[in-house]
Parts: sequence; C-alpha cells; structure tokens
Amino acid sequence: MAINIKEIEHIAELSRLELNAEEKTKFGAQLDSILNYVEQLNEVNTDNVEPTAQVSGLEDVWRNDSVKNWDREEVEDALSQGKLEGGQIKVKRVL
Amino acid sequence: MNLNELTIKKARAKLDSGEITSRKLTEACLAAIKKLDPKIHACLLVDEVGALAAAAQADEKIKAGEKGDLLGIPYLCKDNIMTKGLRTTAASKILENYTAPYDAAVVKKLKAARAVLLGKTNLDEFAHGASTENSAYGPTHNPHDLSRVPGGSSGGSAAAVASDMCIFSIGSDTGGSIRQPASFCGIVGLKPSYGRVSRFGLLSMTSSTDVIGVLTKTVVDAALVLKVIAGRDELDATTLPDTVGDYDQEISKSENLQGLTIGLPSEYFLKELNPAVVVQIKKAAEKLQAAGVKLKTVSLPYTKYGIPVYYIITPSEISSNLARFDGIGWGLSQDQAKNLQEFYKTNRGVGFGPEVKRRLMLGTYALSAGYYDAYYKKAQAVRTLIIKDFVAAFKQVDLLLTPTAPHPAFKIGEQINDPLTMYLEDVFVTGASLAGLPAMSVPAGLVDTADGQKMPVGAQLIAPRLEEGLLLKVAKFLE
Repeated sequence: MAINIKEIEHIAELSRLELNAEEKTKFGAQLDSILNYVEQLNEVNTDNVEPTAQVSGLEDVWRNDSVKNWDREEVEDALSQGKLEGGQIKVKRVL
Repeated sequence: MNLNELTIKKARAKLDSGEITSRKLTEACLAAIKKLDPKIHACLLVDEVGALAAAAQADEKIKAGEKGDLLGIPYLCKDNIMTKGLRTTAASKILENYTAPYDAAVVKKLKAARAVLLGKTNLDEFAHGASTENSAYGPTHNPHDLSRVPGGSSGGSAAAVASDMCIFSIGSDTGGSIRQPASFCGIVGLKPSYGRVSRFGLLSMTSSTDVIGVLTKTVVDAALVLKVIAGRDELDATTLPDTVGDYDQEISKSENLQGLTIGLPSEYFLKELNPAVVVQIKKAAEKLQAAGVKLKTVSLPYTKYGIPVYYIITPSEISSNLARFDGIGWGLSQDQAKNLQEFYKTNRGVGFGPEVKRRLMLGTYALSAGYYDAYYKKAQAVRTLIIKDFVAAFKQVDLLLTPTAPHPAFKIGEQINDPLTMYLEDVFVTGASLAGLPAMSVPAGLVDTADGQKMPVGAQLIAPRLEEGLLLKVAKFLE
C-alpha cells in the first residue's frame, strides 16, 4: 500500500505536527517502507489469541485517594516554566 | 590506576578504609569528563557544584561510620529521567529549557543511598533510536573508536561508563536501549523485569515495555545498584510487590553453575549474523559449560516477528505518551500562532526531531479508525505468541544465551538515513522487552571490523520474570 501526500497530511494533522513539503515526501516514503515491513504480521494466525496489553501481571492496583501536600518549592518550580496569568496557566484562544 | 577507573566494589573498599574520599573520587570523574567529553559527548549536563557538595556530605557520613554500598559513589543519569533543579531535556529541543521540578523515584533512592550525581547523559531524542545519533544535541561517539556509534538509546550512559567518566550510570531500556549500547561499548548492561524498578519520573515512551536499569563495569556492580533502585513504589502502579533480592550476596555464594541448563535459541543465530560474533557467543557458551551448565538448543519460533510487533506497539504508545508535549505549561512555546491548533502544530513541528515525528505518525496511523485492528491489535496478539515462546523455552531451560547485537558498533552516519535498517538493530533485544523479562548484556570479547578495528561485542542472557538473582549469578561466570 502506498501512502500519498494527502494521507500524510491527514496523519500529520491527527498527530498535531506541522510538516514542510520536504518532510511530507520523505516521511511518506519511509512510513511506506516500514508499513510494508510490518505487513508480515499478517502471515501469523492469531485466531483465538488474546492480545497482550501489559505484562506486569498486576490487576487493580489501589492506593488511597488522598491529597498529599507536595513540596511548595517543587510546585512553584513546575508552574513557573509556562505562561501564567493571575496564577492560571495561559493558553491560546480555542475558537 | 586513576580513581575514576575503579568499580563500585573497589571504590567502596577504599572509601571505607579511608584510603580515598568521595571528593577525590568525584574530582577524578569530573576531570575525566572534562578531558574526554569534548570528543565523546556522553554528557548533556555536568553538575560540578552539586556533585562536589554531595561528595562532601558523603565523606562526612563515611567519617561518622555510616555504611552503604553506594555511599559516595559518583554516577551519571540518562537525561530522560527527572533530576530536581537540573535541566532534563530527553535530548529534545522541545525540552531545551526544561528544569525538572522533582526527582524521579530512582534518583530519589540513589540520593537517599548518598550516591553522587555527576550529571546527565546523552540519548536518542526521547530514547527513540539505537545509535544516539537522534539526539537534538549531536551524537555520542564510541570510546573504542570515535568514528563509531555507542549504540542507543542509552548511548551516553554506556560511553560514559566505558570511558570511566563515572563509576556507574543509569539508563532506560524499552526495546534494548541498555543492552545494545552496553554491547557496543564493552560494558555490563542490565534491564530488570518489567515493573521491578519504579518509573516515576521517567519520561514515558512505551509504557508497556519501558524499564529503568543500570550500566556498570562489572556484574557485581550491577547487582549492587539494582538492589538500591528496585522495589514497589506507590507512585508507579506497575511496580511489582515482590521482595527485592540480596543480589550481590547471591552472586558471591555460587562457586559453580552445576544443575543449570542454558538454552541457545536457534532463531537468534541467523545466517546474516556476523560470523565473528557467533564465535564469541560460542566461547561464552563454553565458559558456562566449564562452570557446569548443560547447553541445549531451543526454538523460539515467533522471534522474527519481534521487530514488526515492536515497531507497531512502540510508535502507538509513543503517539499517546507524547501528546502531552503541547507547548503549554512547560517546554518550547512558539508564540506567533494564531489559534490553539496552529500553536500545537508549530511547537511540535519545531520541537521534535525527525525520528520522533516518524514514530508519532506511524503510531497515530496504527491507532487511527479503520487501522486499529489491523495493526495495533494484531501486534498485541502476536506479542502474546512471542511471550508463549519464552514460557515454553523456560520449561526446558533455566536461562537463554544469545548475541546482544548482530554486529559490533557501526559507523556514525552509516545507517541514519534508513530508519528500517536502524529498527533491525533491535532484532535480539525486543523479545525480552515485549515479554517483560530481565535480560543483560555482558562483554564477550573483541571482534575485528572491516577497517581493522577491534570492537567489543556482548553476550545476552535472558531469564524468567523476576529471576534477576539467577541472571546475575550466571552473568558473573561470563566475565
């Protein structure tokens, strides 16, 4: 299967990535060859095989849903790295 | 011998006897970094002031009679792990000015053990790669031959240990990122079982395989560090509750390996494999035989699907994990965009390098409507079959022995334009990652390259889940 420029643009849009014209051509060809390579998984019969999502073997790990005081200095260090206004994180207009 | 060349074990004895101080040891490492790093480029940050202060504190504790395996031992940490108050970039432009507000769980534990953090090591951007050439801050060079890669993605951590810039280093291994560079640089690299070490504060890549581990000069040193960093952590729900072993004690107890059977999986000895590598792995097998193990050929028939499975699952999880980098709250923030969508796209387009973009798109594609079943779910099903292969093999043998990489370190630039060839680097290391098994690479001698260099190669041991003790014990006999 070949990935055309339109599809690359669509994938880039979904990935929230700005790509230039050169990147679109280059990534198109590269994704094509990688996807062709992974196609070999279709040789494998996976009827009645459960997919594996995680391998820890753990289920339902709980901890108390309680508020812990985080070091004030750490909180300030974390928040001071973005744009703030009136103690709130500032974002661009959505609409 | 220069102090920076010491192992943890030897440095420990000298520190405890008062023959050396942590300050002297730390200064020796800092001097080695100053001298060698302009050529090797293993470090992205060196915290001289912090390191010397930590060393002075450790010296006071030693004087006061405090004991500890890592007390006063200098180390370097991969730069995708958070270190409070220090720049943490993941070798990406998107985090160029990012200062970690807190310590990762491993760094916290090492701090509590009073190990001395020297600085942060280079990696492939966000750990995406097998050569450290994908770093936004330039590649790391292999200390054995500067024209070659150190492997990756923990290439900086491996090169730093191999060139004695530190006594040990911390890395992360998602699909071979500790073992393959350890093989290329001729050192010991240990990837523990999935869930053995807390990942709180590790920049997430592939959450279903990401593991933090260690790079050291000897097997015993790896045991000493693992003992400190392993264990359950409430802040990482995937950590295992099982007791952490007394790994170094287990190693020192064993005089031989009688009663053990080691499997050689036929699928790991491909005809494309560099014949000189095969010779070294055979020698390693003979060493184990001399120590009393029985060798047995086993089959892991789904091995060849490891790479295609890995390169669906990994990009998919990356596309989800890296969605958090949006230019809001922290990281690169370009202000000229008109609206929020454009703002996201610009920050990510400018901030991420080519391999990150490639994986983001691959993963987004594999997870998108209409393709999810064909790619992601299919890969997860084949992953189950790969795991079953290991389960069946471990019914017949105690451990597996394989090459770590199909060849010694390649030249910088040789494979960078062909992402698929680079992905194939991981052929022997993805299996243990997909199955969550502990595995390590141990130096297995030198081989001749086409241009007449002698370069190290590694032997990989893979153990059943949570059998780090057995893994380290056998690895010791390969040294």
